[in-house]
Amino acid sequence: MARRFGAQPVLKGVSLQVAAGEFVALLGPSGCGKSTLMRIIAGIEQPDSGRILIQGRDVTALRPAARDVAMVFQSYALYPHLTVAENIAVPLAMRRLSAAQRLPLLGGLLPGARAARGAIAAEVRAAAESLGLGALLARRPGQLSGGQRQRVALARAMVRRPAAFLMDEPLSNLDAALRVHTRREIVGIHRRAGCATLYVTHDQSEAMTMADRVAVMQGGEILQVASPEAIYADPADLRVAAFIGSPRINTLAAEAGADGLVRVAGRPIGLRTTPGPVTLGLRPEALFPAAQGLAVRVEAVEFLGDAVLLHARHEPCGTALVLRLPPERRAGLAAGQKLALGFEPDRALLFGADGRRLPARDVAYA
Amino acid sequence: MPELLEAEAREGAALPGPSRRGGTATPDPANGREVQEPQVPGGGPGGGAPWLLLTLPAILAYVVLLLLPTLAAMALAFTDYELGAGGFAWIGLDNFAELLRDRGFRQSFANTLFYVAVVTPGSIFGALAIALLIEGGRRGRTLFRALFFLPVVSLTVAMATAWQYLLHPTIGPLNAMLRQVGVAGPAWLSDSGMVMWSLAGIGIWENLGFNLVLFLAGLTAIPRELYAAAEVDGAGSAWARFRLVTWPMLGPTTLFILTITMIRAVRVFDTVKVLTQGGPAKASEVLLHTMYQEGFTFFRLGYSAAITLVFLVIVLALMWLQTRLLDKRVHYA
Repeated sequence: MARRFGAQPVLKGVSLQVAAGEFVALLGPSGCGKSTLMRIIAGIEQPDSGRILIQGRDVTALRPAARDVAMVFQSYALYPHLTVAENIAVPLAMRRLSAAQRLPLLGGLLPGARAARGAIAAEVRAAAESLGLGALLARRPGQLSGGQRQRVALARAMVRRPAAFLMDEPLSNLDAALRVHTRREIVGIHRRAGCATLYVTHDQSEAMTMADRVAVMQGGEILQVASPEAIYADPADLRVAAFIGSPRINTLAAEAGADGLVRVAGRPIGLRTTPGPVTLGLRPEALFPAAQGLAVRVEAVEFLGDAVLLHARHEPCGTALVLRLPPERRAGLAAGQKLALGFEPDRALLFGADGRRLPARDVAYA
Repeated sequence: MPELLEAEAREGAALPGPSRRGGTATPDPANGREVQEPQVPGGGPGGGAPWLLLTLPAILAYVVLLLLPTLAAMALAFTDYELGAGGFAWIGLDNFAELLRDRGFRQSFANTLFYVAVVTPGSIFGALAIALLIEGGRRGRTLFRALFFLPVVSLTVAMATAWQYLLHPTIGPLNAMLRQVGVAGPAWLSDSGMVMWSLAGIGIWENLGFNLVLFLAGLTAIPRELYAAAEVDGAGSAWARFRLVTWPMLGPTTLFILTITMIRAVRVFDTVKVLTQGGPAKASEVLLHTMYQEGFTFFRLGYSAAITLVFLVIVLALMWLQTRLLDKRVHYA
């Protein structure tokens, strides 16, 4: 399955492919156009240019109903006047019953209506049971908690077995504990249903834990599409590196001389790359106190239980750095102390002036 | 009355203000004496029950302005009182017995029902259709809303004169237009078979704008996401989305509009009074016009009060029916 498309100016030429059965998270800060992209895929909004393909079929000109996608909305968008069972049944009733058969009283008398309704009721029950909604079928959305409403929205989306699932921040209205629980549940549903899923979120932990691949979006562009591991350890762009990870990645202004040697504040750090101004990116856990290296002064030590966060300032250029250390390294660390920091060369990330990733070669092997 | 209100005002001044709490004695700055916060209802400074003092103005207004006149009108319906007569006699149900025999009243009753039966659906479904068109259109929302609302803000009596001209059999533009296409237009207001239809048409025009504005407000309150969800769920046609989202979500609005429109239609009077005076030959008599004729032309206040009572029963019955039958089927979000 491929979806391609480009629109201005919210979306600046975006191309994204989701393979059959894959779970792709669309991750980005609010206002980056990820919801717009999803609504265009669903057919609720129209692209200015570009095409959308679902299972090889060009659906760009089709109505949402004809695209065979199901969507879970951030607000859930349940029909407040219908019961849970009726809400879940809507996608089936709309497709299998004629307009006349859907009429409140007369519809049931028409030939075929009774059998079709029976089949729909059975499927609704099965979908509801699989999400633990069996006891709530007669309630209305107004009588449900946020988590239950969210499940009803999920059940309504999965009951039809669509070609693709679209989820627009489905967890953002839930409290933290429920969010972590529902996260696993959605992944479970995806495993069972096995259909391609595009999941929009601004929460990196959701994207990283749930998705097979993460598409990082910013300012209407997709910066990188890769597995969560690659997005974290091997970001293609400085903006991706800065957006993913908490605490944020440390960045240091550096310069690669004509010889390719990277120097921070005039001192070589053992890396070589293409000449020019560069940015050195180091994850907090890639740094550690060493006999020699970057000269820093410790500003604060935070004990988190499973780790220690060390806030330090690189003395020559005044940049703040954060280190994540194992808790046993806490002893002997105090504010005001002077330290030298080393880093694992293969975890050092170099970015060019345009933010693109540069190859970094360890000088020792070069 | 003035003494009562004054006494009440004095008592009110002595009541402890909301800032003093907990039943502690505090000096009242107004008159320097100690004021005790009441611990239990009835333990106020005047010895009277505070709830009574506080609700008294509302109770008085209700009794004097609503309850007593209604009761007086009801009592009058059981008398033969005529304006200017020296006295009156209680005649029990004679007025109502006469109503049943009175062919003029029966005509007026039937005409009123006809008027309600045409104006209510006409102005509700007309308003809904136009509201959906305006909501679905891209431009001119405010313009169209103002245009259709004009009849509501304009004076019906003045507008009725315009209608008289428009509907005039010989010089009226409507019949002139019909003549252009070769149709001989009827005498809209003086043909006994046509007159109620004409009045009902004016009634729809009169009520449409009000209902339209209410429907537009109701439509704006429907979340856009529901339409998006309906589209994704397979409601491809506009009719399917209307059935699935718009109509149920408008339920409370529609119920309110239905109640208001029916009551406004039962109350039809000014167009009848100005355009037809109930004619020709009582073909356009309606309840309120009959009541007005009996009471203020023939001065039979007792008989007129009996008609008023019938009118009141109809309005109350309509309201009761609506709350009993329809309110349960409407979903309030």
